[in-house]
Order: sequence, then structure tokens, then C-alpha cells
Amino acid sequence: MNNWYMLTLVGADRTGITAAVTQALFDADMNLGEASMLRLGGSFTMMLMVSGAAGADAVVSAVEPVAHQLGLKVHVDAIDGQLHEHLEPNVHVTVSGADRAGIVAGVTGALADAGLHITDLSSDVAGEASQPVYIMQIEGQADTGIDALRAAVTARVGDAMDVHIRLIETLLG
Amino acid sequence: MAVLDILTLPDERLKQVSAPVTAFDDALRAFIADLEETRQAGPSAVGIAAPQVGHFQRIVIMDCSLTRKPVPNHGRLVLVNPEITEWDGHDVGREGCLSIPDYTGNVVRAARIKLSAQDPRGDSLSFEMTGFEARCAQHEMDHLDGLLFIDRVVSRRTDLFRRKVYK
Repeated sequence: MNNWYMLTLVGADRTGITAAVTQALFDADMNLGEASMLRLGGSFTMMLMVSGAAGADAVVSAVEPVAHQLGLKVHVDAIDGQLHEHLEPNVHVTVSGADRAGIVAGVTGALADAGLHITDLSSDVAGEASQPVYIMQIEGQADTGIDALRAAVTARVGDAMDVHIRLIETLLG
Repeated sequence: MAVLDILTLPDERLKQVSAPVTAFDDALRAFIADLEETRQAGPSAVGIAAPQVGHFQRIVIMDCSLTRKPVPNHGRLVLVNPEITEWDGHDVGREGCLSIPDYTGNVVRAARIKLSAQDPRGDSLSFEMTGFEARCAQHEMDHLDGLLFIDRVVSRRTDLFRRKVYK
């Protein structure tokens, strides 16, 4: 079994960050597993599973030069996780509406109480600066059925947000 | 009858275009029986295409009658030389594949299709399919042209909004 580290890098977005960081890891004989990289609010954020390092310090040392050059903050943790531990989502939730405080806490709190295990959540603020619109996409796994999830969300947020919950029926072919 | 080996990525043969069936004989029907046994032997696949077992003829088996939430379907179908003749609408749905273990992704497919094919004796078939069953037919028929669903995956982060309200 590999020892995996979770490497997190955050900094002002610019062209070439992914290429520089992954090249540095490759040059240090390290390997990548699953990764998420995306732009959030003008920052570029990266979370990468890295293996092949002698320790967390070795991962830091490998990326330190490029991180310094590109102005990225670096954080590394040893993790217990491995590859091939996917949790297949069976529920998809879309939430949208006028931006206001407490949307995520309200909706995810209701979903958690009703038994939803979130596997993926992304949210964005769209619209105009004077009239922001909050849009959230959630995928997760629940054994309770979507009627229970709907009832829980409706009880918590009422009509304040537009919430659509549907089953994900994964086609295996 | 035999359970056949399933080709998995990165096997280059999965990119091969399959040839039409011309001989509707006992050998064809014996192969179809093996293909069906293979589909049922593994994880609960709703469909399988001949090239997934390294047999490069245009043959698909599908059965969308056993989904968790029932969907419109025509039961178990053996489609030889299938062709989609009409397409309408589109939907995003989650797909996985026997040939790509441990990965699923969102794919845009036509929501409604008309399809013509032949049965294992060479007689003509035609179907109108919607939703999940139409998705299954498109996924399996892609295999006949050497295409995999990962060639069509769209970002999970930009999942399209549903236009319909589902009650």
C-alpha cells in the first residue's frame, strides 16, 4: 500500500500553476492520485493526493521552489485514504435563489439530518453584484429516498430557495 | 455457454469500429447467448456490446427493466445492426462502464430516439425509446463505433439545470 499525502496549494490565479507544480512533483519522483483543482474567487486552489514521498516534509520540499516563485501557500498532511475508495452518489441536489446568509448551513443541515452523505458540493455566486444569486450543486449518497430529503429541506428553508432533488440512476453498460 | 472476458481500458481494441452482421446463423445466436451470460455474470449491467468482449460485430444486448425506480422500457432487447434514425432533446445522466471499472461521469445524451435494428434471425425491429433506455442504447451503440463514455463526459461542476420540474 502506498503512503498518501494530501497536498493543498492556494494562490492568486495565473497561467501555468498546474504545469509547474506537477512537474516539480514528477521531478521529485512523486506520483499523483485523485486531484481537484479549480479557480475560486480569483485564487487557484489545488488539492492533490501525492505518493512516493519519504514524508510530508519531502512533499513540501519538492514544491517549495515553485510555490515561492508563483506565490502559492502550501499545506501537506499524511492521510489514511487510498485510491479506489469512490462512494457512488445516488442523489443530486440543485439549490438556487437570491443570495443570503445561511443557505449552505440550512440546506446541508437538513440534508444531513435526513441521512444524506455529501460526496461533492460546488457552489457559486452568479448574477449582478447588486443582486447576487447563489447556485449550489450537491451530489451524495442516501438510503432514505428523495421524498424524505425533500421534506427535510422544505421544512428548513421553505420557499426561500429553489431546490430540486433527483435520483441519480447510474447506467452501467 | 460461456462467460467471456471483458476488455478494459486502456485496451486499444475498445477503439475499434465493429462490422455489420451479415450471417444470421447458429454461430451468431451462440455468441449472443454467451454475451448475455457475460452481462449477467458481472456487476448489474443494463447493457453490453459485442466489442466489449473482443467480438467486433454490431451487436448489443440491453435490459432496462430492473432499475431502482422503474423507467419506460421494452424489456430485454437483442439488437443486431442497430441504427438511430431520429434524435430529440437532451439530458444529462450518470454513466459507468464494464470496460472502465471504478469510474462514473455525467454524459449528455439524446432524450428520445427512434431506433431500427434486426433480431438474431435477421427480422426487422424498430423502437421509440426515451430517457434511461434511450441513454443505454446510445452508450452501447457508441461501443460499436469505438467510442467510450469518457470521450463524452461533461464536468460535474457545470451540470446542466433541469428545465422540467420533477414531482
